[in-house]
Amino acid sequence: MTTLHLRGAAAERRTSRPPSPRRRRSWTGWGFIGPFVAVFALVFLAPLAYSVYLSLFRDQLIGGTTFVGLDNYQQALQDSQFWASLGRVSLFLAVQVPIMLGIALLVALALDSGRLYGKDFFRISVFLPYAVPAVVASLMWGFMYGTRFGLVGDINDALGVSLPDPLSPDLVLASIGNIVTWEFTGYNMLIFYSALRVIPHSLYEAAEIDGAGQLRVITAIKLPAIRGALVIATIFSIIGSFQLFNEPSILQNLARNSITTDFTPNLYTYSLSFAGRQQNYSATVAIVMGLITMVIAYAVQLRGMRKGA
Amino acid sequence: MPQNPRRLLRGIGLLCALALGATACGGSDDEGSDQKQVSSADIEAALKKGGKVKVWAWEPTLKKVVADFEKEHPAVDVELVNAGTNKDQYTALQNAISAKKGVPDVAQVEYYALSQYALTKSVTDLTPFGADKLASSYSPGPWNAVKSGDGVYGLPMDSGPMALFYNKKVFDKHKIKVPTTWDEYLQAARKLHKADPKAYITSDTGEAGLTTSLLWQAGSRPYKVDGTKVGIDFTDKGARAYTDTWQKLLDEKLVAPINPWTDEWYKAFGDGTIATLPSGAWMPANFASGVKEAAGDWRAAPLPQWTAGDKASAENGGSSLALPELGENKELAYAFVEYANSGKGVQTRISEGAFPATTKDLKSKAFQETEFAYFGGQKANKVFAESAANVADDWQYLPYQVYANSIFNDTAGKAYVSGTPLAEGLKSWQDASLKYGSEQGFSVQK
Repeated sequence: MTTLHLRGAAAERRTSRPPSPRRRRSWTGWGFIGPFVAVFALVFLAPLAYSVYLSLFRDQLIGGTTFVGLDNYQQALQDSQFWASLGRVSLFLAVQVPIMLGIALLVALALDSGRLYGKDFFRISVFLPYAVPAVVASLMWGFMYGTRFGLVGDINDALGVSLPDPLSPDLVLASIGNIVTWEFTGYNMLIFYSALRVIPHSLYEAAEIDGAGQLRVITAIKLPAIRGALVIATIFSIIGSFQLFNEPSILQNLARNSITTDFTPNLYTYSLSFAGRQQNYSATVAIVMGLITMVIAYAVQLRGMRKGA
Repeated sequence: MPQNPRRLLRGIGLLCALALGATACGGSDDEGSDQKQVSSADIEAALKKGGKVKVWAWEPTLKKVVADFEKEHPAVDVELVNAGTNKDQYTALQNAISAKKGVPDVAQVEYYALSQYALTKSVTDLTPFGADKLASSYSPGPWNAVKSGDGVYGLPMDSGPMALFYNKKVFDKHKIKVPTTWDEYLQAARKLHKADPKAYITSDTGEAGLTTSLLWQAGSRPYKVDGTKVGIDFTDKGARAYTDTWQKLLDEKLVAPINPWTDEWYKAFGDGTIATLPSGAWMPANFASGVKEAAGDWRAAPLPQWTAGDKASAENGGSSLALPELGENKELAYAFVEYANSGKGVQTRISEGAFPATTKDLKSKAFQETEFAYFGGQKANKVFAESAANVADDWQYLPYQVYANSIFNDTAGKAYVSGTPLAEGLKSWQDASLKYGSEQGFSVQK
């Protein structure tokens, strides 16, 4: 049946060779992926291409729009405001992400251990903050951070202490880290937990027969098995840190002297574009930032995968 | 297609501005602008013919003005849209202008922001409509703000001659005299905070608008703008007087760190936490609606002086209505703006609580004799009208003040949350503003 069919198809192809079958075949393929390519080009490639196009120009109040080639890129590479904001989110990344993923992993392992009482309730309550929109979460925490009418202020009044202001310039980054940890621990926990759930139980049984304790099971079976999930969560967190925007943008209303308009790279591009009408330079900074994020995320992925292999 | 000639014209305007400076450009406006003189007969005809006018404004009193205007001119349909308050609206407006789409026919633009639109010719010069003839009917501060070179780029809607609003109950309770100079203000601040550690003379978390207004009053003229030449200097005598006094207030923690326009701020006015507020004459309506619990406690007084015996004042806030260049129905749009800001609309807006920019109304007996129930029956308009007359009219804002104000808290704001001296903060504001100026093609001088 199959050979017959194939032969028939081959014969058909042979007969229809003259009117260039190759091209016809490629067009049929395009017909199938056409809708996807059109949407992909429209929503992915076109904005990127437009940003690159924008980044080659400069629009001035005096002088209007001129083509400046790569001048904007040169400016971005020497822009101390941009590098300071990148440094800030890098610090955030280095401190907040390990803490958040560590807690998420701990909770996932605790849930997976099967020794927890009220497991479902615990899981949903850890996850719940993720369901709260970032804007609402920031507002809520912002009010708690208030030293005059907020929770911090109430604690100060009630206990007669004087806690440091969480929204002061020195502490505000840590305060934002706290909000982000609160928001995303549950999300990462769920990634880890679902990865843990697919580990075959036979492995645990085998480990038990070999006399492995819980700790040994974790280090020898569970962690290696969810390495992929760990790498993915790390990459998501790196991207999330570099794109930090909502939380500082909302808290800025409460602490405008602590959170500057160039606090994070995204906040910087936002204010360049909307307050400073420098769309071109803003596009440049966004592209540079995108490239940096890509490189770092890719490096982490390579490293994570190599270890896994 | 119709964009091309316009772009060309804008190019000519900019070239001309570059080559000659804005003042010399006035002469070329006739050929550079695609408008001819518009007579009142043209406007009458347009009003009869009717059409649609799209207005972007957040000023609440305009609602009634729009209704009255439509009643008077049934053929005209005015669509009043609140596209956000101040900088939110400027962002939307700037986006619409860049996209050349959805630009309103009339837009509310605050005085400090207008010169940016005038410079880029994004708003229409109203002299062909005869707006220049209205010069004498407005107080000098607002009129100076809508003028750029020989052009008039908007009609003043309201004004904000400054006054010191103070909580009389708090002052009486602690037997503090209402300060007439800023030195006395500092003394009052100390005395008040000592008597009640929870009370502050005022609140300030770093606000560009307040700082520039107080510099204006102190005689400082930090911004020197001449066409495309921009100079900034926050070290003149007036600026030093301001920073000296304000530094003491900050160092001694005599100003409350409460952000303006927040619930906490209004609450602090109500419960005596904040005892005074230097602000524009448009403030009473906000007191009446936001601080109801303290009705009768507050009064208005002339702004404290930097030199005893002076009568210096300044403007704080206030807006104009302008016609974006890309808007349509210019005749109808101008007719509406004139009605609202110079004609019958002014009275309507005054009765709704707005503070006018027209001298006739400022001087009118009915206006000056109005008793403010909120201020315990005080005829507060007398204080404001006197302040309006004492505003020095040679103040200039930067042609990109909106941006400059947006980075005030990045730079000068440091003085409010760390050990950075205010004068140093202003210096870094100056540097950052100049940097932006040169990036935007201005020739800057320090």
